[in-house]
Amino acid sequence: MRPLPVQFKMKVTDIGNPDYFHKVVDCQWGCPSHTPVPEYIRLIAQERYTEAYMVNWESNVFPGILGRTCDRPCEPVCRRVRTEEKPVAICRLKRVAADHKGDIRPYLPPVPKKKNGKRVALLGAGPASLAVARDLLPLGYEIDMFDRDPAGGGMMRSQIPAFRLPAEVLEEEVDLILDMGVNARFNYEISSMKEMLDMGYDAYFVGTGAPRGRDLDLPGRQESDAHISIGIDWLSSVAFGHIDSISGKVIVMGGGNTAMDCCRTSKRIGAESVTVVVRSAFHVMKASDWEKEEAMDENIPIVNNRPPKEFVHDNGKLKGVVFECVKPVEDENGRLNYVPTGEPDVYMECDHILMAIGQENHCPWIERDVGIEFDKWDCPVLDEVTFQTTHPKVFFGGDSAFGPENIIWASAHAHQAAISIHLMCQGKDVRRDRPPEGINLISQRMGVHEWSYDAEHDPAKRFIVPHANLSKALQNIKVEVELGFDRALGLKEAQRCLNCDIQTVFTDNLCIECDACVDICPMDCITFTDNGEETDLRSRLTAPAENLAQDLYVSGELGTGRVMVKDEDVCLHCGLCAERCPTAAWDMQKSVIHVPQLGTYPE
Amino acid sequence: MTFVAKPEVHHPQLPLNEIGLNRRDYEGLVSTLCAGCGHDSVSAALIQACAELAIPPHRFAKLSGIGCSSKTPNYFLGNSHGFNAVHGRMPSVATGANLANRSLYCIGVSGDGDSASIGIGQFAHIVRRRINMLYIVDNNGTYGLTKGQFSATNDKGSTSKRGVPNLYEPIDLVSMALDIGAGFVARSFSGDKGQLVPLIKAGLMHRGFAFIDVISPCVAFNNHNGSTKSYEFTRSHAASVVAADFVSPHEEITADYGPGEREVVEMPDGSRLHLRKLEEDYDPHDRAGALTYLQQAALDGEVVTGLLYVDSDGTDCHEILDTVDTPLSVLGEAELCPGQAALDGINAGFR
Repeated sequence: MRPLPVQFKMKVTDIGNPDYFHKVVDCQWGCPSHTPVPEYIRLIAQERYTEAYMVNWESNVFPGILGRTCDRPCEPVCRRVRTEEKPVAICRLKRVAADHKGDIRPYLPPVPKKKNGKRVALLGAGPASLAVARDLLPLGYEIDMFDRDPAGGGMMRSQIPAFRLPAEVLEEEVDLILDMGVNARFNYEISSMKEMLDMGYDAYFVGTGAPRGRDLDLPGRQESDAHISIGIDWLSSVAFGHIDSISGKVIVMGGGNTAMDCCRTSKRIGAESVTVVVRSAFHVMKASDWEKEEAMDENIPIVNNRPPKEFVHDNGKLKGVVFECVKPVEDENGRLNYVPTGEPDVYMECDHILMAIGQENHCPWIERDVGIEFDKWDCPVLDEVTFQTTHPKVFFGGDSAFGPENIIWASAHAHQAAISIHLMCQGKDVRRDRPPEGINLISQRMGVHEWSYDAEHDPAKRFIVPHANLSKALQNIKVEVELGFDRALGLKEAQRCLNCDIQTVFTDNLCIECDACVDICPMDCITFTDNGEETDLRSRLTAPAENLAQDLYVSGELGTGRVMVKDEDVCLHCGLCAERCPTAAWDMQKSVIHVPQLGTYPE
Repeated sequence: MTFVAKPEVHHPQLPLNEIGLNRRDYEGLVSTLCAGCGHDSVSAALIQACAELAIPPHRFAKLSGIGCSSKTPNYFLGNSHGFNAVHGRMPSVATGANLANRSLYCIGVSGDGDSASIGIGQFAHIVRRRINMLYIVDNNGTYGLTKGQFSATNDKGSTSKRGVPNLYEPIDLVSMALDIGAGFVARSFSGDKGQLVPLIKAGLMHRGFAFIDVISPCVAFNNHNGSTKSYEFTRSHAASVVAADFVSPHEEITADYGPGEREVVEMPDGSRLHLRKLEEDYDPHDRAGALTYLQQAALDGEVVTGLLYVDSDGTDCHEILDTVDTPLSVLGEAELCPGQAALDGINAGFR
């Protein structure tokens, strides 16, 4: 047979490229901070909670907080969704590590007494600023942190109610960083960037979040102002003890997590009834599925497809809201448009409205003539890699950078911004001199049939996290609803992890093409066939590879002229291919992805 | 030997056959053979073939003797009947099973030791009797279980792992089966499922004795440079003379043939075999010609594979003996033991 021309062949997969195997670890790839999830789950399975916690702490900075509040971008992409049904409860396992950890002090990075002479101002004391502080302190930077609130934590403190995030969990992780030597300037209302710049810091990091809640300018809005609150401001007042009750009938407008927190908080501090009204359809609501479920479990009705038209009042006393009835219609691009159903408008009585329809990053205190450019949406112009503004000394991160996101994004931004600040302060180029990504592959073979990881597949279904008694939880805003996995359940759930970071590594010149791996693979991932271009190759594998988001692993040419093609899509990482390989052409190797972060690369 | 059990979970798009089972439902226990053993590929081919035929697993009877090959029935068709017989005595047990219940699909798996050495007498006679079964020999030319002595099918001049040559002429089971009346004779290679799976399906559907000699390399003792039963040697010396595509009764013909390129052989159950000649001079219906061709090819050092002989009007033992259509196993005592009067009648016939 004549060899195929090059353009009709897939290239040999470059497993030295850190991204190739990183993508196979779907959870780690999907996590903005690229936390090595399977690694910490294995540590939990070994009951090494402290180490599991530290793997998290290094990468995402707030394991205890995130283990309760993360938006979990890792879970929908978990391979288990594709091989079976439900993802591994990654987020709740993170909490297991936090809840059961021992003394972490011996593992913390030392902070030098002698400073390096560079001073950095962090504006805002939320997750982004705290994470920047944590990255820079061990390198000898002097850190001043400014925030208008009386305590650190930012939105983690002011907007996440205590029944989801107990104060002691929050304080432990915030204080851990503050105690590393942050000069905290709380109750400090930042009113002018010019003033800050005049203070002569070597670098500035703006992590002031997205503090402006959106409002709705509808008829009756001004008149009934006394009975309408902006959700995030109201939650903040509850968190700081300025508000401790709400009465009468409450309507929460909005479909995000803030709306869910508002309705559940209302129910706990005295509302007679609470209803969530959302202008859009249920399935497109921004709130995480589990937040919606928990609100509904607390018997809070969620009414969808009802955009508000008018606030009805009687001389300034709010009476209710008129809503239009619409239905979602999908257009040819798959986008939802809402068209009137023709039903008469709906009037809902209420005494109080909490408006949770979104929030914006908003920096009125930054003068527009200090060298920081803003775009047409009034957002700062940022380099997406370095987080540097057009002012070389000013960096952004967290919600203030690109708008509201989850805490995990704040720590991801912070790591990059901290690298930039460090490079800038050392007189290096913030773009060109960034440390590269890297990958190490380490064989997990311990003996003839022994692997250093638990290769066996556990078919167990996802375990359910126990909850506090509902009536007790609804009486006290401080009672945490989710109780978390105990050790035993945590161990069981940890077994569900497929260890996707233990990679199937193929060495083509060792292969004798005996087909043993093809025969044993439970998921039909492996094929020996003639090379071809990708679409063609995908169609003629042992099982057709239809998930284009998942790569094909293509080997070099083998003795027969064929190549080995592995579809990474549903590989269980069970190691049977390596186990059945007579020549060790297959090996199970742990991929350690080096995601650049200060402190992980020795200077 | 594998200690990690094969997980039950399977590919989400694994297709179901006509009776609602997927390929994994035709598997057996996890193999305890050496990693890379050709026999595991033969088992995998059997699993695939049986699943594609959509025959319920409990309609199969698996029979074997002793040896690495004979362990394999444990590794496929976990929900079927099975009997692991004494060394070389599988043919007797298979004969009994088939006579007792002609409705079962009989699969015999044997090895070169089990069939060409200790069991060669039994092998010869089951071929002659044309028992309706598929008889597979996993042929690796070595006694793997006893650590690599030459077997009776090992080619003269082929060397052991340490380089010592074999001094004796080999027994070619394919020639022997052809010579004494098998109606379906094929040779294949464990590393070529594209060829082996349709042959297994055709062999199972053939009425009469179907024999497939499968070169199935022993990774531990006979996969070195001097071996003529290694993966590499077989791949570089195998020459397929007739390709057989199996088409089940309700299946559309999807393969694209030019005029005169194929011959259709009707099978008893309505399925068809499409034969494509890959070698101009070879006629798969000419028993004597096949024998000559095989002998010449062997002298040339070629391993002839494919469907080597098929007798479209094959008969089987039940037809020869003119037994009743109903399997004996479901006949009642009254039919099986008709009583003294009937016996007296038979005896009288001999006087």
